[in-house]
Amino acid sequence: MDNLFFARATMSLSLGFHIIFACIGMTMPFLMVISHYLWLKRGEDVYYRLTKAWSKGVAIFFAIGAVSGTALSFELGLLWPGFMKHAGAIIGMPFSWEGTAFFVESVCIGLFLYGWKRLNKWMHWFSGLIVGVAGVVSGIFVVCANAWMNSPAGFEMVNGQAINIDPLKAMFNPAWISQTLHMSIAAFEATAFGVAGIHAILLLKKNNYDIHKKAMTIALSVGVVFALLQFVSGDYSAKDVAKRQPIKLAAMEGQFKTEKGAGLTIGGLPNVKEGKTKFGIKIPYALSFLAYGDFNAEVKGLNDFIKENNPIPPVAVVHIAFQIMVGCGSLLALASLLFIVIRFKFKKELFNKKYLKFIAVCTPLGFIAVEAGWVVTEVGRQPWIIYNVLKVSESVSPVQGQLFHFLAFACIYLILACVAFWLMQRQIKMLHVKEEKINPSGSWK
Amino acid sequence: MISIIIFFLLVSIIIYVLLGGADFGAGIIELFAGPKNKQQTIKVINDAIAPVWEANHMWLIIAVVILFNAFPKIYTTVSVYLYIPLIILLLGIVLRGTSFVFRHYDAYKDSSHKIYNIVFAVSSLTVSFTFGLIIGALMSNKLTAYPANFYDGYIHPWLNIFTISVGAFVTALFTFAASVYLIGEALNPEDKKAFITKAKIASITLVCTGGVVFISSVIDGNDFMLVFLSNWKSQALIIASTLAIPFTWKIISLGMGWMARAFAGVHIVLVLSAFYVAFFPVVVRFKDMESLTLFNSAAPEITLIYLVYALLIGSCIIFPMLGYLMKVFKHNA
Repeated sequence: MDNLFFARATMSLSLGFHIIFACIGMTMPFLMVISHYLWLKRGEDVYYRLTKAWSKGVAIFFAIGAVSGTALSFELGLLWPGFMKHAGAIIGMPFSWEGTAFFVESVCIGLFLYGWKRLNKWMHWFSGLIVGVAGVVSGIFVVCANAWMNSPAGFEMVNGQAINIDPLKAMFNPAWISQTLHMSIAAFEATAFGVAGIHAILLLKKNNYDIHKKAMTIALSVGVVFALLQFVSGDYSAKDVAKRQPIKLAAMEGQFKTEKGAGLTIGGLPNVKEGKTKFGIKIPYALSFLAYGDFNAEVKGLNDFIKENNPIPPVAVVHIAFQIMVGCGSLLALASLLFIVIRFKFKKELFNKKYLKFIAVCTPLGFIAVEAGWVVTEVGRQPWIIYNVLKVSESVSPVQGQLFHFLAFACIYLILACVAFWLMQRQIKMLHVKEEKINPSGSWK
Repeated sequence: MISIIIFFLLVSIIIYVLLGGADFGAGIIELFAGPKNKQQTIKVINDAIAPVWEANHMWLIIAVVILFNAFPKIYTTVSVYLYIPLIILLLGIVLRGTSFVFRHYDAYKDSSHKIYNIVFAVSSLTVSFTFGLIIGALMSNKLTAYPANFYDGYIHPWLNIFTISVGAFVTALFTFAASVYLIGEALNPEDKKAFITKAKIASITLVCTGGVVFISSVIDGNDFMLVFLSNWKSQALIIASTLAIPFTWKIISLGMGWMARAFAGVHIVLVLSAFYVAFFPVVVRFKDMESLTLFNSAAPEITLIYLVYALLIGSCIIFPMLGYLMKVFKHNA
């Protein structure tokens, strides 16, 4: 295991860690703002308590997201100086905008968290809303930069030098819409179902406080919208990838043979040596249709790419990660359809045991899908750091001893994740102590 | 275009030192607070920096973004040659921020706070000191593009008697800023007196460590002292800063909150400008390779133009908001 391996490991660790907290920090404020709005409009005290409770979660997750994001802004250069040497001038622009958006977010979170008694009530509410809006905007800017790595634009590489740079074209590269859309929706979906799931678990544990029901209803209502939207955005992304990164698409689908009317492989284990994916279930013609909107379209397989001397990514990792992402997304969509059926068809309460259990199981699914999706897009691009321009191995830092960098951050991030989890538990415990006084347990309202 | 960008880079570094630096200084004050008034000190510090520290921290991000967007060569070179101290810095930044938030948002006040407090204070000190090590390494001509071994290439340039004394200087600077700002945040006369004493001790330490920086440059045999002495503007700035000390002392003794802040700010700006003027436009100095300057490492013009747009529009949004934040939380200081 060499330096490159550990540099990769550190980067995946840092991104994999940051992405969770960034998603929550971006979208949780919206849940908080909805609850806050309901309190301001209806004056029901339970929404005030819920807003307060959620705002504590936002504060903790936002801070972890902010500092791990700071670490990433340095790590891009620390780990990949060969990449940043070129990329800085080309794709730095969205980062400069991200800086502004993030700044706005930091100011507003200060105003919201500490402004309860100091600000006019609607100004205060508005500052909370801006935390969310600026968060999503800054997320979009960062994903623009990632989209550029997948579909480089706005420069020409001549003799190892980037010339004719156009930062605007680089930022609004061909993949920016599909990627930012997919990621932003994923952030909402994952956070909303994560929050709904936690409150469902608490309800199942006989903490029958009204606050949990209100919380779950708000979170689920948001989650349902985004889980269904994600299907549309996912389809759009797949078509986009098919057009720009056919090798990634073939790896995602475990498609080795070039064929017309290609079937969609569900599950299965790709084997590059044998050139096929075993044990999968095939749905005839589905891949051609999903990728190109035509049942008889030709899908180019990995075997042909290998024959043409194209480097290909680790197929098994990409394929399996893709299956996990789609699987989780489908379960969340199912939960959403059930929500609609229960609420609008049967006009029933959501808090029956079976549905609560299902939502509880869904708690981590959105985040698993987010992580798996990042594996698909990042591993699927390998061995390139800038697709078809620069390889990861050419951009790694010459400094030896990356192992220690990895170990240090692995320890710290593990501890932070555990402490964050533990702090949430303590917050919930305290919340229950307070709720018990207001509304003794067991009284289903 | 490039001068506008350099201006913004300087502004963000100066504001980061003035505000973000003081937040680290607050942690250092906690570290050295006696057991008797520790709880009180922690309370004052919490109230003072909780609403603003994330915004203050942003100036570092802005500086880094400007650096990698407009001066990618400087950014990547520093990343390679000062890899180790930057990692230490990041670990410190991560731990400082999280421990501060954790202690604020732990629903229970039990023994876990001992851990948060220790981590917060120690990581604040580590970050301040490491900043000094990094700046010291950039100012001394110790970096080598063709290192004979790992120690020569990646350790010695930032870990020697000179950089250590710069580390001590930066630590004293941050602590000085924090102790002066906190005078205006104190809730009762007793606390106020305690912070006045702290501010005085910090200012003496600052002058002493400043002297040590020059002496250590001679001992270390680098040309920092020479560069400094060959520039009359830098000397004038340092002398001005030193001559203003008695006035600052007087104002600190009187416990005038905002006035003391302004004076401390002026001291810090003068010192930073002295360093800047002495080395401008050089940022990274090598002993065996051409130095990297703000001009020979700049990105193409088109990148700079877009960055200037972003910075100008960004400031129109950020500065009014920051003003509002300060008005809401600091008006009663």
